[in-house]
Amino acid sequence: MKNKISWLAAPYVIWMALIVVAPIIMVVIYAFTTAQGGITLDNFARMGTYTVIFTRSFQLALVATIICLLLGYPLAYVMAKEGPGFQRIAMVLIMLPMWVNFLLRTYAWMAILENNGILNNFFEAIGLFDLINGIFGTDLTYFRMIRTQGAVVLGMVYNYLPFMVLPIYSVIIKLDHSLLEAARDLGANSALVFRKVIFPLSLPGVLSGVTMVFVPSVSTFAISRMLGGNNQMLLGNLIEQQFLGGAYNPYLGSAIALVMMVIVIVCMVVMNHFGEGEEQAVML
Amino acid sequence: MSKELIRLSNCTMAFDGEVVLDGINLYINDKEFLTLLGPSGCGKTTTLRIIGGFQTPTSGDVFFDGVRINSVPPHKRAVNTVFQKYALFPHLNVYENIAFGLRLAKTDKDGKRYKLSEKEIDQRVMEMLEVVNLRGFEKRHISQLSGGQQQRVAIARALVNRPKVLLLDEPLGALDLKLRKDMQNELKRIQQAMEITFIYVTHDQEEALAMSDTVVVMDAGKIQQIGTPEDIYNEPKNAFVADFIGESNILDGIMREDGVVEIFNRKFKCLDSGFEKDEPVDVVIRPEDVDIVPENEGQLKGTVTSVTFKGVHYDTIVDFYGFKWLIQTTDFCPVDSRIGIKIDPDGIHVMKKSHYSGMFGDYSSYSEEYEEISDASIDPEEEEQEDENEE
Ligand SMILES: Nc1ncnc2c1ncn2[C@@H]1O[C@H](COP(=O)(O)OP(=O)(O)OP(=O)(O)O)[C@@H](O)[C@H]1O
Ligand SMILES: [Mg+2]
Repeated sequence: MKNKISWLAAPYVIWMALIVVAPIIMVVIYAFTTAQGGITLDNFARMGTYTVIFTRSFQLALVATIICLLLGYPLAYVMAKEGPGFQRIAMVLIMLPMWVNFLLRTYAWMAILENNGILNNFFEAIGLFDLINGIFGTDLTYFRMIRTQGAVVLGMVYNYLPFMVLPIYSVIIKLDHSLLEAARDLGANSALVFRKVIFPLSLPGVLSGVTMVFVPSVSTFAISRMLGGNNQMLLGNLIEQQFLGGAYNPYLGSAIALVMMVIVIVCMVVMNHFGEGEEQAVML
Repeated sequence: MSKELIRLSNCTMAFDGEVVLDGINLYINDKEFLTLLGPSGCGKTTTLRIIGGFQTPTSGDVFFDGVRINSVPPHKRAVNTVFQKYALFPHLNVYENIAFGLRLAKTDKDGKRYKLSEKEIDQRVMEMLEVVNLRGFEKRHISQLSGGQQQRVAIARALVNRPKVLLLDEPLGALDLKLRKDMQNELKRIQQAMEITFIYVTHDQEEALAMSDTVVVMDAGKIQQIGTPEDIYNEPKNAFVADFIGESNILDGIMREDGVVEIFNRKFKCLDSGFEKDEPVDVVIRPEDVDIVPENEGQLKGTVTSVTFKGVHYDTIVDFYGFKWLIQTTDFCPVDSRIGIKIDPDGIHVMKKSHYSGMFGDYSSYSEEYEEISDASIDPEEEEQEDENEE
């Protein structure tokens, strides 16, 4: 440490060492050992069994991230362009759900999506099922919404959308207005100003938004358990089972966690490399 | 005779009811170097933005080549801008910054859309890099350039589009004195070589005088004077212009008849005419137009109160009957010495009274040091009487 002031960071460094670094080291050790204490690669060899779950986890997280991006970017853009009044209202609406506990929010979705939940009751009340049954001759009494992949993705989008909107918004709002004027001055119409200046300069925001949505989505277990049921098991649930559930096997759980971590890190590194030029640009 | 290219006709601009440009009438000729000069907040940038299309005047009209362009958006005007803080695109390198305008689709005279070929773009960018002396920098990132280099990229980025008019908003503001002088020459050279109309904004009066064909002096949203640099310096229209352009002593006078003005109850020959008889006027005397002579030969007599060595000359503050003049002279006159002065008729400039009268021209506050001496000075009344006796 170069100077005295850096000692102020000591509590944080110790904290990090205890609750971030130490667990990671333990995960690595567990992943390579057996219950008897011997070193082994068996835990990784068993990974093939779970390919389906790996694929599903990454797929759903990817879909959720893309939806968040498609919804979040325009929202962030409009917010940054509109007057302060609109900005305040939009910001409160985005932040409001975050003041309610994550689990409560997800429980609320369960109540909405259940087979005899709020949404299906509503469809019933407006006579939607009667109408459909009348036309197609079916025997529909509810839409199956809960315990589907769609419900899991919905839960991810709903919970993580703010993490996409906020970084993009904060990058766009800080864009130097004279750059936009310069582009117009050089002959670009509004669409070209967006494509050639605003979008490339907002990429750092997009990158951090994508990271902040993708990483928690890929490792979630609460959303998938509550909205996905048993047939939509994700990596998070699989790992949870190895540590807390009936399939108790922390060695295997650690190995799965480690593989997941490595894949996520590789994804992030590749993506950040791709956006490196822009990252540098924004620091100007 | 060059032809008129841009005309601002009675342009007024108000933000939330606050008037920042007040009835601007201005025309700009083709291939002219015109400078908007004035103190901070006088409306220079706003005027430029109206011409560039970034702002629409609250009332009044803008004409380009005889066509009213009030509602033509910036990207459809044959005008390019060098922004006050360059506004270079940080995500593009030098080459791509300059090529930005060229890569956009153009519309030809018949309204057909077309794009420049990669080869033509390359040729024009390279040619421009040559002009601004940045060959070899094309791959550089904007953040890896010095202020002066960034500024040249900004100029190249605008010029490469071959606009009819280039707008420059204090483009040299961030540069040090030496680089500033170099760039002034450079810009003037480019303007003449490429035969483009330049509308240049600055609050540096030396820069304005050195570079321009026409200077427009502005204050408080109004044009105070339009003229050649010589006109503006030698024949200021009012006390504001006289004070803003160079140093000047501005005195109250009375025009007794054509060619005769009375200052401090003393008649002076001058070259001005066309005033009412006995009209109160402002009189401007430039510090370098005053000759110091022995006390008994002077048209006015006063006491030296402060001397500052300025290299080429001494800035000498002299008290004449309680009014402090700045005189620039190569003769050293010690503090407290009594001197006389002589002024040639062409060193006296008479101006109509304006609401600026009485606001400028007294050098009493020229230095802190002076304040103390002023208290101890001779009572002006007393001295005035003494002078009258002599007469
Ligand atoms: N968008 C705006 N909204 C409100 N007031 C504005 C706006 N733009 C400019 N003004 C006001 O108009 C006046 C003139 O501004 P302008 O930028 O034209 O001055 P300037 O002569 O360029 O000054 P400087 O030399 O400091 O750049 C200022 O009082 C400024 O506060
Ligand atoms: Mg300005």
